[in-house]
Amino acid sequence: MYDSVIIGAGVTGSAIARELSRFSGEFLLIEKNDDVCTGTSKANSAIIHAGFDAANGSLMAKFNVLGNSMMDEVAKELDVPFRRNGAMVLCFEEENLPRLRDLYERGVKNGVPELKILTGDEAREIEPELNENVCGALYAPTSGIVCPFELTLGFAENAADNGVEFRFGSGVTGIEKTSEGFVITLENGDKVETKTVINAAGVYSDNIHNMVCEDKIEIIPRRGEYIICDKAVGGLVDSTLFQLPTAYGKGILVSPTIHGNLLLGPTAEDSDDKEGIDTSAGGLADVMKFAALSVKTLPSRQAITSFSGLRAHSPKHEFILGEQSVEGFFDAAAIESPGLSSSPAIGRFIAEEVAKKLCAEKKADFNPIRKGLVKPNEMSFEERAELIAKEPAYGQIICRCETVSEGEIVASINRTLGARTLDGVKRRTRAGMGRCQSGFCSPKVMEILARELNMNLDDVRKNEKGSYIVLEKTNKGIN
Amino acid sequence: MKNEYKIVVAGGGPAGLAAAASAVENGCPAEDILIIERDASLGGILNQCIHNGFGLHTFKEELTGPEYAARFEEKCEELEVPFVLNTMILDISKNEDDTKTVTCVSKENGLKQIKAGAVILCMGCRERSRGALNIPGYRPAGIFSAGTAQRLVNIEGYMPGKEVVILGSGDIGLIMARRMTFEGAKVKVVAELMPYSGGLKRNIVQCLDDYGIPLKLSHTVTKIYGKDRVEGVDISEVGPDGKPIPGTDEFYSCDTLLLSVGLLPENELSRSLGVELSPITGGPVVNESLETNIPGVFAAGNVLHVHDLVDYVSEEAAQAGKNAVKYVNGEIGRSERKPVKITTSNGVRYTVPVFVNPENAEDLITVRFRVANVYKDKYINVYAGDKRLVHRRKQVLAPGEMENVILKKADLMAEGLEEVLVTLEDE
Repeated sequence: MYDSVIIGAGVTGSAIARELSRFSGEFLLIEKNDDVCTGTSKANSAIIHAGFDAANGSLMAKFNVLGNSMMDEVAKELDVPFRRNGAMVLCFEEENLPRLRDLYERGVKNGVPELKILTGDEAREIEPELNENVCGALYAPTSGIVCPFELTLGFAENAADNGVEFRFGSGVTGIEKTSEGFVITLENGDKVETKTVINAAGVYSDNIHNMVCEDKIEIIPRRGEYIICDKAVGGLVDSTLFQLPTAYGKGILVSPTIHGNLLLGPTAEDSDDKEGIDTSAGGLADVMKFAALSVKTLPSRQAITSFSGLRAHSPKHEFILGEQSVEGFFDAAAIESPGLSSSPAIGRFIAEEVAKKLCAEKKADFNPIRKGLVKPNEMSFEERAELIAKEPAYGQIICRCETVSEGEIVASINRTLGARTLDGVKRRTRAGMGRCQSGFCSPKVMEILARELNMNLDDVRKNEKGSYIVLEKTNKGIN
Repeated sequence: MKNEYKIVVAGGGPAGLAAAASAVENGCPAEDILIIERDASLGGILNQCIHNGFGLHTFKEELTGPEYAARFEEKCEELEVPFVLNTMILDISKNEDDTKTVTCVSKENGLKQIKAGAVILCMGCRERSRGALNIPGYRPAGIFSAGTAQRLVNIEGYMPGKEVVILGSGDIGLIMARRMTFEGAKVKVVAELMPYSGGLKRNIVQCLDDYGIPLKLSHTVTKIYGKDRVEGVDISEVGPDGKPIPGTDEFYSCDTLLLSVGLLPENELSRSLGVELSPITGGPVVNESLETNIPGVFAAGNVLHVHDLVDYVSEEAAQAGKNAVKYVNGEIGRSERKPVKITTSNGVRYTVPVFVNPENAEDLITVRFRVANVYKDKYINVYAGDKRLVHRRKQVLAPGEMENVILKKADLMAEGLEEVLVTLEDE
């Protein structure tokens, strides 16, 4: 019997797993998909919000501000790219300036440090490409950008290194409360016994919660569409630009990503499909249209890809955190924005609550350090030359656009919770994320995956089951 | 590998091979030239182009892509031109003494910096991706650029799928329609956004018509279905504005979507070096010597502008090789006279070169260009002020086919001449 089973390997579940691995006990994380970071955590704005947006006194406000303050240490320990680039909320009409002031006051009450109201000109001094009609801005220097894949992987790998077991392809079909705890039934029929259950199932967290608890919750998948632009225009702005919500909508952000692309989005549209991550012509057009309000010239021809993600939205628009009406069942549910920002704090809070329940003690041998992949691109010439002399695979470039070497790809496969699919390699190394969108490197990455995992090329997948890339060998010919 | 070469050729495809061979033939010792190729073999994209039809102009015979490449590889081998494979150029920078530093990396030689007197950019082009088109829908497996599919089929020996829809009628897409059919796949339709094909006429006939594959002009993919693997696409008619007409969408069931929606010269190295690029071609702005705005940096082939026939790539690259030799020998003049600018109008989209310094030009100057639409019974006219230099009738001009005009050096030497105009007219 496990002491605790965490459901969901997104950023929340992985953060909880990592924090729980500080304690002694038998912990298992189960995930319905075949990798960590395949749901909401992989498709979002990648912002570590400052925390001025959430309502005063809400869990969202509390965990956002706390999570933000924890990020420097988390990023350092887990080797995750993170930068406090600062954020601005732009106001376009004089009559809306009081609302900017309201937002400022809300932020101050939430405990957000260093907030400032800027005039249009002051804002333009910081961001020269701002649209001329910006007449004021709320400036939050503590807002940051992060690699959401690395953050999730960092939590998960560190958890695994500290003894948490991971089981993928393990969707939950039922949870039964027993006298000693719970029995979880998996899709393949396996039964898992555990003393406690932690629900971090993202857009499915209502399904999981409602399997156990009488007081039902509802999660509405709220789709957000995004466009990513080429690194050539990643420097258009340095800060993350939000828009003060108007009658036309909540606003679309324009932000650099931590890897130097430009990100535009998201839209917000409620859906009833928990797998509905398709983009729409109207949504993508809206992203372009509203993003264009923030800057002088939007480089709309530099788009390299678009995607959509689903927020785990609850009608109450509030996190559901902690032990529920059924003893031993813990929710980290309805984690929508600012969920990524809150993840370090949510992870710590839930893990401590669960540990208290289990009367688990802190381990002496917990290692908080996780090393990411070796990144030759970030090395000096001498360091890189030395690395390649020692390990020549770092000298073989596979992904031209992002300059990713064979060494990095091989390492991403052969490490804790290593990549098993093309998208797994992509999220870990960035191979295929560049301007050609894997046109050149995908056959080569497929070969490396097949070689390292000892499988055939037609067994290599893009991501989940059924996402085969090549069907069969040629020379079958016409009959 | 030495630390210093007179000429470094960036890329060992058809352009790079022809440029290097020409440089030797024009007097540069072979050991002073280095071809740097990022792939495992020379020949570039020709290696996966196993269909025939290459080299009609150059060799007066129909070769396959690998055969065409082999002609030039053998030539370079005979001339003993040094080359390195599996080597990626990370950066090219210019030094104060006008030499260039090429930073490159490989398993075999590690991370190296090479000093070069001149650099010839021959990096070729890449395919536009789905993302650049912003096609809505899911992002499943089974969406390939036509060239990636070509590599999978012809080099790796695997079929991407068996029910195929192709978006875009570029040449690689047309060739792959036939290739996939040969391998037993059903190619259901080729949809083309424009009212005309972007490919060569002969490819439409030999790759689509001969196999009964429908080509739907003024149509595009408006939705992609399938969460894990492509399950189908919507194809809609587009209006004169290029936008889909609501209500015209038709569902095609398929497991594979190939994109052949344009090629983009691959100029990331050029850009970071400070080479001026044309917003129309995406390639460097060059003069009569195929030299960029940075002295000693030349460009040829698809990195300069996307070609239709490899024969013209080889021809152009040979010229770049020759001029690079002139440059390292100090034979390219730098006169005070302003170069003659070649301007365009009436559907002539661009020219290569853009500038001509007549004193550095050959007696006859080939000016290549493409047109913006399909035109019938037009004259290609070139004017220097009121004087008409060229007057040539063309029955058909199409965006998929590259055109050229030959200018005479003597005409451009005329005193005070600042521009010539290349245009299409009814007479």
